[in-house]
Amino acid sequence: MATEILMPALSPTMEEGTLAKWLVKEGDTVNAGDIMAEIETDKATMEFEAVDEGTIGKILVEDGTEGVKVNTPIAVLLEEGESADDIDTASSTPAPQAAEKSPEPEAKSAPAEAKAPAAPKADASPDWPEGTEMEKKTVREALNAAMAEEMRRDDTVFIMGEEVAEYEGAYKITQNLLDEFGAKRVIDTPITEHGFAGIGVGASWGGLRPIVEFMTWNFAMQAIDQIINSAAKTLYMSGGQMGSPIVFRGPNGAAARVGAQHSQDYAVWYAQVPGLRVVQPYSAACAKGLLKSAIRDPNPVIFLENEILYGKSFEVPKMDDFTIPFGKAKVWREGTDVTIVSFGIGMTYALEAAEKLAEDGIEAEVIDLRTLRPMDTDTVIASVMKTNRCVTVEEGWPVPSIGSYISSVLMQQAFDYLDAPVINCTGKDVPMPYAANLEKLALTSTKEVIDAVRQVTYR
Amino acid sequence: MAPRKSASKPNVSADELKTYYRDMLLIRRFEEKAGQLYGMGLIGGFCHLYIGQEAVVVGLEAAAEEGDRRITTYRDHGHMLACGMDPKGVMAELTGREDGYSRGKGGSMHMFSTEKRFYGGHGIVGANVPLGAGLAFADKYLENDRVTFTYFGDGAANQGQVYETFNMASLWSLPVVFVIENNQYAMGTSQKRSTSTPDIYTRGAAFGIPGEAVDGMDVLAVKAAGDKAVKHCRAGKGPYILEIKTYRYRGHSMSDPAKYRTREEVQKMREEKDAIEHVRELLISGGHASEEDLKAIDKEIKDVVNKSADFAKDSPEPAVEELWTDIVADVTPQNA
Repeated sequence: MATEILMPALSPTMEEGTLAKWLVKEGDTVNAGDIMAEIETDKATMEFEAVDEGTIGKILVEDGTEGVKVNTPIAVLLEEGESADDIDTASSTPAPQAAEKSPEPEAKSAPAEAKAPAAPKADASPDWPEGTEMEKKTVREALNAAMAEEMRRDDTVFIMGEEVAEYEGAYKITQNLLDEFGAKRVIDTPITEHGFAGIGVGASWGGLRPIVEFMTWNFAMQAIDQIINSAAKTLYMSGGQMGSPIVFRGPNGAAARVGAQHSQDYAVWYAQVPGLRVVQPYSAACAKGLLKSAIRDPNPVIFLENEILYGKSFEVPKMDDFTIPFGKAKVWREGTDVTIVSFGIGMTYALEAAEKLAEDGIEAEVIDLRTLRPMDTDTVIASVMKTNRCVTVEEGWPVPSIGSYISSVLMQQAFDYLDAPVINCTGKDVPMPYAANLEKLALTSTKEVIDAVRQVTYR
Repeated sequence: MAPRKSASKPNVSADELKTYYRDMLLIRRFEEKAGQLYGMGLIGGFCHLYIGQEAVVVGLEAAAEEGDRRITTYRDHGHMLACGMDPKGVMAELTGREDGYSRGKGGSMHMFSTEKRFYGGHGIVGANVPLGAGLAFADKYLENDRVTFTYFGDGAANQGQVYETFNMASLWSLPVVFVIENNQYAMGTSQKRSTSTPDIYTRGAAFGIPGEAVDGMDVLAVKAAGDKAVKHCRAGKGPYILEIKTYRYRGHSMSDPAKYRTREEVQKMREEKDAIEHVRELLISGGHASEEDLKAIDKEIKDVVNKSADFAKDSPEPAVEELWTDIVADVTPQNA
């Protein structure tokens, strides 16, 4: 049966084009692959090839015709043994479904977003049973113990990174791991972040659970394509077939006097990416419980540590095995006058400010988000419903910040409970300077938090 | 077609030759159909056809064993068909439908089949190279005795992460075959204009990785080179580089006007070097098949391809709920 040749779409955005020139005429025989015409699209002049063999029975659209809509019949192709008389019976290849405008899909909105204020469900359950024996540990020891415990538990867990094995970690987080687990599972890499991040993701697809240490997160910018395009998106792109159970970890944010290229907080960068889990712990216990969860999680986890916190000691439960779930904030201090929300090293300012404010009779409730994706906004909202005021604290830049996101959530879900605008205490909108005095100014501070609280409480 | 000598003497059975013929023809007819569906607006976005390069994947798949892995770039339809993925599922992914391999959420450049050990389908030039080495890393770690075929193009061969990967793959003796499909054009930039030294296979020398150039229009030569590379990897000697000289007949993607090369250049390759015609000639001249036999195969392939197109047109668009699924996993998907 004679077939209509339709005006082809020759680019992702083409809706119509100009039939610049026919290179065949009626009566010509064509084979698949023969060039039949030149068509001008919005971008270029393209050659249009035949996909079937046959004879050109009739040309329906003449040379030089402009504005020919995609899928308009432009010629009729006859099969062997047909004549031009058969043209009336020509069947156009079935009208493509894409041409029909399908009804605008009604996608449901993101869970817990843009909804009328629902009662927030704050999970205030303790992280470990009450009465558990505690011991003093540094964040460094807690992170080290978390990895060692998980490597004992699961043979497929291994760690790779610069100086993680023989040097025992640039910040000594991987101390003793080489001794205990050997060079097969504790692997020194060359200085090649892009490459070993990609190898790590591939290994996670191959049945392993890699922990990739970046000496600092600043260097992970070399590898960010592998983290986002390969690790975060593959589960979705594969329709759920392939996930990336991998942990990327290392110190994040400003240390002390190391200059602009070594002093950046990446919390917001990674918190923006669907498919990732993003953790930024403050205390040793949280660091341990969350890192153990991260290693067991089937998704890529961004684990943002802090060099200044590594040596800080906290009470850690003496338990054989404990984990802390993602998406559960921790209330460090209860209060009724203002909610201070922070995470990671920002908690040092938040808690110090709260102590000083208490001396003046202002009781702050201090919330540690702990994980930024998923983020436990319910605990924040429930607190603000009680205190009616909120200050956020972080070291990262302000445009945008985790604080600005929390502000928007509070506006949408707790607007009627706010008695003052939310204030975001952040790092200043400048690259990190080296000079001691300027560096101090570039970060946020306890004083800024106190000032912000006084502003929102009008006291 | 001008007579040509195969690099390896056709010490090959009629059945093998017929399989190569069938597998290459399936890719060509499938891609022609995909181009047609693109023209009709049924396939959108980017669509990179494999026409001309069929002998590369078919030859290397013949060298692969059960359990070996493969990973490639965005010109990936041929690799999927060659490793045994269902043409229907591939075509339905191209049309963005529910029955596609990624349930319509990946598209032409992002398909996967853990069952066939095909790990994508990657859209960032060069990024799949460390990923492939990572798959090989897992096999070595797990003592699986498997090999990963990591395909990339002459364009990707200029990406820095490729050399980061060469270094670590060699340092750690990873069982990976780096397959450089040199089709001579990185999008519209010819190799001459982009690459300081013409022989890309020699670039492993700096890392102690052996490599060789292969005639990619000769499926038997590709198979022989693949056997050698796989043997090297399985013996624990680390990675191997195959630079396979091939040619794509179509544009870089569907929207490529191809002004960077002449029509005569393409025509000459098609007429003188076509990989499918080569095998066809071996079958006929060797008395392994008659014109009728081959016609029957042609018909059978056409039928498979038409069915895949019908399937891809009839399959529904994904349910709107799919927008919100597969973002994070609750349990670890079975990757390995």
